[in-house]
Amino acid sequence: MDITTQKPAAPPAPGPAAPPPDTRAARGVTRPGDRIFLGLSRGSGILVLVLMAAIAAFLTYRASLAISKDEANFFTTFEWNPSGLPPEFGIAVLAFGTVVSSVVAMVIAVPVAVAIALFITHYAPRRLGGPIGYVIDLLAAVPSIVYGLWGALVLVPHLDGLYGWLDDYLGWTGILEWNDGAPRSLFTVGILLAVMILPIITNVSREVFRQVPRMHEEAALALGATRWEVIRMSVLPFGRSGVISASMLGLGRALGETMAVAMVLSPSFTISASLLDPGGGTFAQNIAGKFNEATEMGRDALIASGLVLFVITLLVNGAARLIIARRKEYSGANA
Amino acid sequence: MTHTIDDTRRSGSLRGATLPKWFPWAVAGASAALGYGISAAAGLHSDIQWALIAALLFVGGSFAVSAKVEGRRQARDRTATSLVWVAFLLAVIPLASLTWETVKRGIEVLDGYFLTHSMGVVADSEPGGGIYHALLGTLEQVGLATAISVPVGVLTAIYLVEYGRGRLAKAVTFFVDVMTGIPSIVAGLFVLSLWILILGMGYSGFAGSMALSILMIPVVVRSTEEMLKLVPNELREASLALGVPKWRTILKVVLPTSVGGITTGVMLAIARITGETAPVLLLVWGTNFINANPFQDPQASLPMYIYLQYTNGSEAAYDRAWAAALTLIAFIMILNLVARGIARWKAPKTGR
Repeated sequence: MDITTQKPAAPPAPGPAAPPPDTRAARGVTRPGDRIFLGLSRGSGILVLVLMAAIAAFLTYRASLAISKDEANFFTTFEWNPSGLPPEFGIAVLAFGTVVSSVVAMVIAVPVAVAIALFITHYAPRRLGGPIGYVIDLLAAVPSIVYGLWGALVLVPHLDGLYGWLDDYLGWTGILEWNDGAPRSLFTVGILLAVMILPIITNVSREVFRQVPRMHEEAALALGATRWEVIRMSVLPFGRSGVISASMLGLGRALGETMAVAMVLSPSFTISASLLDPGGGTFAQNIAGKFNEATEMGRDALIASGLVLFVITLLVNGAARLIIARRKEYSGANA
Repeated sequence: MTHTIDDTRRSGSLRGATLPKWFPWAVAGASAALGYGISAAAGLHSDIQWALIAALLFVGGSFAVSAKVEGRRQARDRTATSLVWVAFLLAVIPLASLTWETVKRGIEVLDGYFLTHSMGVVADSEPGGGIYHALLGTLEQVGLATAISVPVGVLTAIYLVEYGRGRLAKAVTFFVDVMTGIPSIVAGLFVLSLWILILGMGYSGFAGSMALSILMIPVVVRSTEEMLKLVPNELREASLALGVPKWRTILKVVLPTSVGGITTGVMLAIARITGETAPVLLLVWGTNFINANPFQDPQASLPMYIYLQYTNGSEAAYDRAWAAALTLIAFIMILNLVARGIARWKAPKTGR
């Protein structure tokens, strides 16, 4: 059966018999065991590449089927009706909602997470720091569906007060105006996403801050620096690339978060100027919400929107990589 | 480590003046009282408002006093300290609430019956029923995904750390990073388009575990890579100097040294994918009945069960959703604790 050869993640398939002779000759001895082992591990590496290529290829293929039948502009249409006659759908609302909710989440989560990481590594009494880090570790493992359940049944009913307050004092800005309606808006989604990505960003940042060479800190202290100056001069510069990659990790999760958004947001295909008005949608939420009732054409359209999400996360990750690569001198595991 | 600074209050003329240790608490108390007084006088009702006023007063007040007595640098240090504390307290609230609500509301219907019965004969809006079918599905799907991803992930990490030079290794590193960021729903869509739409296979637990392994592989690769990098080069060199072939060095020296960390990484990866809902929703489809065969026909899974009960919307269904959420969290927490236990038990003597 050729199905077995097609499945994307075959068990440790050792690649084709491993004959790569490039740098091996220069390094001298090659034993058969070495050759097999190299083949196995290189094969796995290649499998990862093949998998990524396959993801891009198959998503593009199905997406092109849908987009070629789309009678409206795929990027600017405010509508999702892929099984209509004629089929019309576009991702404008989804792109807007995804970006806005992720931005809200990042604005809230990154400073707080960095502060907590600093708290654990540099401020908390040592007897407290360990357990807190441990608890945050555990919280990072809480699945998104549980955050979604909590968001929908606990957070949303508690947000009326905050919404009223924001509306009273910041309503004049236009983007924080609340015209009643349940607080199931992109702003709430942003808050929930912030809570979700907080433990992840904290975790990674904490690990990085902990690796700051003792000598750097002690040198700063010896020069008479205050605790804050130690952090600003030795901890933060050392940890910058780590914090950035932690944030990107969090951003990736926020961009692609499905269930929590689907449970909290009351979706609609409109863009509202105010963040507090219910409505809007995100790529992932739209896919989960529309999948069950979708026809084959509808599924292809959802795959098309998933492809856009894929490309966005690819760009975000690429950007993060570039930033980190430029700051490589700081992120020394062997420093 | 660094609190020695304000310990020595009267230590000769070389030090500037320092405020006493109770100073932050005094300012905190004063600003809380003042903030409450102001909002009571102005007729503000919200808790958020007076807390916010008090917080601003605290930060501003301690900065002003400290700047006067101790100088600007110390004042800035105090501000940073209080901001860090505020951020910490702020973050504790939602996380504590999440834990508390899940435990409190989950414990209501969670019992032996709930764990050993399916939803087969229970109407969604009535109390009763359980999660046996979902537990079974989750265990099988996650088990399959682990069986696929661990060998691939560990071997890829070994390739990157022990052999990786040149363009292929760079490409693999890059794409593993990219893969880490793949949203779970996209992994689900990929398997959907290939396995179900193009190859025409049906919805099944195995389809779900393929998507889950796409999510798991990069996590395993990354954590294993980190662990392998921590193995001191001296160990490798000592082994190679004794004439041990490289592959035996890896198997007998490098891997045993880092096995604790690798196991921890794998278990954390399992914990992560156990809670994934989106790909399961697209590929496993869900059912109320027990289906023990992951290769054929729709299965259920714990996270999807929570979602289905939530969308059902009745009180009984909410109760079941909370109970399932508690079960899921408990399962994941146990995995985490065991992982950490292993890490501690197997940790190399000199390691961190």
